[in-house]
Amino acid sequence: MAELAASGDERVKSIPAWRRALIRPELGGMCGTVIVFVFFLLFAFDSGMFAPQGIMNWTIVSAQFMIIAVGACLLMIAGEFDLSVGSMIGFAGMMIAVFGVVMGWPMWIAILITFGMCLAIGALNGFIVIRTGLPSFIVTLAFLFILRGFTIFIPQTIESKTIIGGIRDAAEGDWLAPIFGGKIGQGLFTWMGEAGLIETFTRGNREGQPVIDGFPMLVVWAIILIIVGHILLTRTRFGNWIFAAGGDAEAARNSGVPVNKVKILMFMFTAFCACVFATCQVMEFGSAGADRGLLKEFEAIIAVVIGGALLTGGYGSVIGAALGALIFGVVQQGLFFAGVESSLFRVFLGLILLGAVVLNTYIRRMITGER
Amino acid sequence: MKSFVASVAIAASVVTAPVAAIAAGHETLSYVLVSHAPDSDTWWNTIKNGIALAGEQVGVDVEYRNPPTGDIADMARIIEQAAASSPDGIITTLADFDVLKGPIMNAVDQGIDVIIMNTGTPEQAREVGALMYVGQPEYDAGFAAGLRAKGEGVTKFLCVNHAIQQPTVGERCRGYADGLGIELGDAMMDSGTDPSEIKNKVMAYLSANDDVDGILTLGPVSADPTIAAVNEMGIAGDIHFGTFDLGEEIVKGIKDGTINWGIDQQPFLQAYLPVVVLANWDRYGVLPGNNINSGPGFVTADGLEKVEAFAGEYR
Repeated sequence: MAELAASGDERVKSIPAWRRALIRPELGGMCGTVIVFVFFLLFAFDSGMFAPQGIMNWTIVSAQFMIIAVGACLLMIAGEFDLSVGSMIGFAGMMIAVFGVVMGWPMWIAILITFGMCLAIGALNGFIVIRTGLPSFIVTLAFLFILRGFTIFIPQTIESKTIIGGIRDAAEGDWLAPIFGGKIGQGLFTWMGEAGLIETFTRGNREGQPVIDGFPMLVVWAIILIIVGHILLTRTRFGNWIFAAGGDAEAARNSGVPVNKVKILMFMFTAFCACVFATCQVMEFGSAGADRGLLKEFEAIIAVVIGGALLTGGYGSVIGAALGALIFGVVQQGLFFAGVESSLFRVFLGLILLGAVVLNTYIRRMITGER
Repeated sequence: MKSFVASVAIAASVVTAPVAAIAAGHETLSYVLVSHAPDSDTWWNTIKNGIALAGEQVGVDVEYRNPPTGDIADMARIIEQAAASSPDGIITTLADFDVLKGPIMNAVDQGIDVIIMNTGTPEQAREVGALMYVGQPEYDAGFAAGLRAKGEGVTKFLCVNHAIQQPTVGERCRGYADGLGIELGDAMMDSGTDPSEIKNKVMAYLSANDDVDGILTLGPVSADPTIAAVNEMGIAGDIHFGTFDLGEEIVKGIKDGTINWGIDQQPFLQAYLPVVVLANWDRYGVLPGNNINSGPGFVTADGLEKVEAFAGEYR
């Protein structure tokens, strides 16, 4: 995927622009996004899905998927998996609750320590994978159970319950917590409410205020992570190392790429994304539960694969993963809006996954001519 | 809310999929029930059937939604989504007050009527601005059980509590004692959850206190070993035995006379009644003046036929 140099060198074959556009890994994701939006515009247009409140709903859900998909995407391009993402989300949330509420430490300390722990566990994941040469599938599967086990055991032991609340109160006035749980752009939404562009509350003590009072920081984090991830992957030397480490690790090593370092850093980045997700969640909802984040690791991987990344590594794009997450979020919430029986969600998800992967594979084969 | 064409098209796209009722315009009232149960929890099937039946009989659109993995944070998103689709009412559980309080209060302030069912308390329901709570308040259920046991001649009892860490479950024992009109004292036993441990503890307690003439167990976990204990001591059928919730062993016990009655919280009613209440509120502006207790429903040997016939469907 390296950018091609200017023509004139006989070793470099020039590729037509249309072909270069088609060869992009995110092409399937783009097509999917268009199809999904057309579908729901046709079938759920007047259900409130495309009213401001509805848009905010699927935007937040998609942003959640995006945050973990960016991490999973870079790791997958580097040739590894992380199945412990979901458990990490539950674990990180619980740690923040334990430090911040049970032990009563200032919230910013609780958050920073939790980030430190998550990064350390991510590094440990990577270290074990590198040292033992075991598939990351197995190593992180072990951590899926280990972290989930601790997430249930720790609050059970110290509080004899599996949900710890009161985080919102404990985070009151903290300087770091609003970066995860706050909202921005309140003024804009208040103005929109006053101008009648969005609905306002009709009763209660917030009467007259707009039903949406700002962009959650969750969405801001998603956008930042996507931009940072995309630039890192496509515009830096480190990005090339990620592709090289996932494409052929041995060849990359021989040409001087620090493969081990790249992989461990990517495991840490995935853990970082999971921790961002968890922190945003506990700050918004005010409680941490032992069952948070179940199956999120697969949702991240699904989003990445819909976005055109190869499970075998070395190929993929952050923008594609973000589009995959968008498709995932829009379909999940859109089916509710369209009034489809909710147990069919999994059927749709399976069909979309299959469809996206088949489409991606065929496009790639057609364009690159590989067999 | 959605056109006929749309529903047909979605139906076509999923081939034989059952699609929520077809509604043209706003003539048909629509209600959404949001639960906290994962897909794997079969207990909630009764709720699904209950709400579907209510929708059919009352003539309203009903939908059942749940977070597939039981993640309460996902449930909060579903409530926000339900509010964004502006239904006429939302029926939801209050599985985690901290998490769900915000989304529910927003829905209420937006003008959507909310009824809390199953999980939560009447106080919490009032706090979030819900119309009412439909469920089984644990203390009241225990109290009703105590009154009934008193009429059946219980004077001193043992309450086998396998979930001592859950304060709400302990409320059942407290209510039972108050219903009987006696002090709880040390009658509530922390039995743990290990079957053989429970059995031995119960046997030890009953041997040491031979004036105990009534037992209350709080669910299948404590009921099943207690059945074994009274059988082994040869006092089955002699000692008064009541239990919360139903299960295979409990039904068998009721049948052979070991257990006098089982208390059913009747999940069917927790789904069915809110739909009826909301529909009448929206249509005629009438609303019952209080919370509704779906339980305790006492299941005795006489009522077993229907329990067995509709097990897993409506019971």
